[in-house]
Amino acid sequence: MMYTFSNRLRNLAIAFMVIGFLGLVYGFFTAPKTIEEAKAIVAASAHGDEHGASHDDASVEAHHDTTDAHGTDASHESLAAEEGGHEISHDEHVFHQLSNKPWAALYVAAFFFFMIALGTLAFYAIQRAAQAGWSPVLFRVMEGITAYLLPGGLIVIAILILSSMHFNHLFIWMDPEVVAHDKLISGKKGFLNVPFFLIRAFFFLTGWTLYRYFSRKFSLAQDNSNDISNHKKNFRISAAFLVFYIVTESIMSWDWIMSIDPHWFSTLFGWYVFASMFVSGITTIALITIYLKSKGYLEFVNDSHIHDLGKFMFAISIFWTYLWFSQFMLIWYSNIPEEVTYFITRIEDYNLPFFAMVAMNFIFPLLILMNSDYKRVNYFIILAGIVILLGHYMDVFNMIMPSAVGNQWFIGAAEIGGFLFFLGLFIYIVFTEITKAPLKAKGDPYMGESERFHY
Amino acid sequence: MSNKVIHALYDDDDMLLSAVKEIRSAKHHIEEVYTPFPVHGLDKVLGLEDTRIAIMSFIYGCIGLTVAIAMMNFIMIEDWPQNIGGKPSFSYLENMPAFVPIMFEMTVFFAAHLMVITFYMRSKLWPFKKAENPNPLTTDDKFLVEIELHDNEKELKALLKKSGAIEISIVEKPE
Repeated sequence: MMYTFSNRLRNLAIAFMVIGFLGLVYGFFTAPKTIEEAKAIVAASAHGDEHGASHDDASVEAHHDTTDAHGTDASHESLAAEEGGHEISHDEHVFHQLSNKPWAALYVAAFFFFMIALGTLAFYAIQRAAQAGWSPVLFRVMEGITAYLLPGGLIVIAILILSSMHFNHLFIWMDPEVVAHDKLISGKKGFLNVPFFLIRAFFFLTGWTLYRYFSRKFSLAQDNSNDISNHKKNFRISAAFLVFYIVTESIMSWDWIMSIDPHWFSTLFGWYVFASMFVSGITTIALITIYLKSKGYLEFVNDSHIHDLGKFMFAISIFWTYLWFSQFMLIWYSNIPEEVTYFITRIEDYNLPFFAMVAMNFIFPLLILMNSDYKRVNYFIILAGIVILLGHYMDVFNMIMPSAVGNQWFIGAAEIGGFLFFLGLFIYIVFTEITKAPLKAKGDPYMGESERFHY
Repeated sequence: MSNKVIHALYDDDDMLLSAVKEIRSAKHHIEEVYTPFPVHGLDKVLGLEDTRIAIMSFIYGCIGLTVAIAMMNFIMIEDWPQNIGGKPSFSYLENMPAFVPIMFEMTVFFAAHLMVITFYMRSKLWPFKKAENPNPLTTDDKFLVEIELHDNEKELKALLKKSGAIEISIVEKPE
């Protein structure tokens, strides 16, 4: 049966894009153009205290990091009067952070939705390479989600190119002036330089897109084929892709996220980002499958398939927590200044999003998905799924924002707008792709097993 | 009340499942089924209640977590205060990340061990226990169904034969 993209959903997607676009435009428009404007914004927000509960104690404790002190109290003003030079550099710093803010909001949302498509592609390749018997009924849903890979990836790379052209200061190592005065970044010049960075980005996206193109092609060809040669080809390229993927995904995470903070490094960062994209991808598969089922499609998907997706959501949420904690504990324990600043800024300036993320990505799915029966109830999967997806948006937010905007963060028009814009685009592209092929990959040799799948 | 039972032997687990279904739909009471391995779905066709071991394991895990917290608090904070990772805060909460691996391990340890012990107790298995198993073949590759007899020998025998039993015998059960 073919899926038709309902007008209601299409209009919703377009509405998200329009509202999101307006939010982004507003964010860019209200970003300060000059240092004087930045000063005015900070002065105005000092009274309103837009940062929420975490900010009060954070600004008190964050004295060692004087460049980030908020300028809220009189003592700072008098101190600044004595040290005129410091005040200028501080204002310039805040100006850069504030002008980065809409860019960072755009980048977080663009990367988050791109990462869902890439995580789904990895999950799909694993099903193919493992010759899984339970999942072929979900192949067309996964193929629909991975359609977002190319457009989403191109948007992320477009933002990276704009950064390298100095439209923003997300990646400080792209500024030759900074690198010249920074011994650590100078030492990384062989790897962290703009041409090599962009070549890598295009190389990764090309590899992923080629796999997605051919596996989709073979999958469609298998539908009307008499032998299983297409299935075998898909098996081979999926196995090869997984090797390519885990290496390139890791380097991609250093390039696109870790290098925003070029002094800091974590050896398991690639795995950490992988866990995040993997669980987000699986959750999205579950949500879209349940949506399509509720509209009367995918009648061959039964509650055992949903149960298995629920198990994956539960398991990978715990895997993510394991990596999150492994990264945190070693750095916390050893307390080496150049490493531990990463978590000090997050705990002091991002207290609420940092710990809320752990509750959303770990405690909530742990408790709600632990019961076997709950994983068969669509309501619980949707509830857990929405919390997991928002939690992983917060995860990307926590990875990118602290280095990009410091303590000037705020979930405002640009952040919500960016999220809605890419959500709309994602829905639009994914559901358009799902309409293009029958929802049942009927030629797959494991289709019978998958349809009879019963736990 | 007679203590005569009928023993039907099967040599295939799928056949066993369908036989159990037939026997139950003919309203005979199955005392016990002996199998060489866990047969998937047998509990459902036998109409057994769902196991409560899952909720027990959750409770055991919570006990393990509590024991770990109390133990580490006593050892590392109260009895002999330790300077952990160069952060001499002497507070359990501030040093909590260092204890998370222990909290996790103790949770798993308690849940796993107590669950196994609970399972043995509920299955009436303990050291030096005499085997209840009526036929040693059920430890190899045969499946045995035990049904209570109420003067319906003939009818039952016919039913069992039809359901694919390879051997049917009537046994006097010692009280």
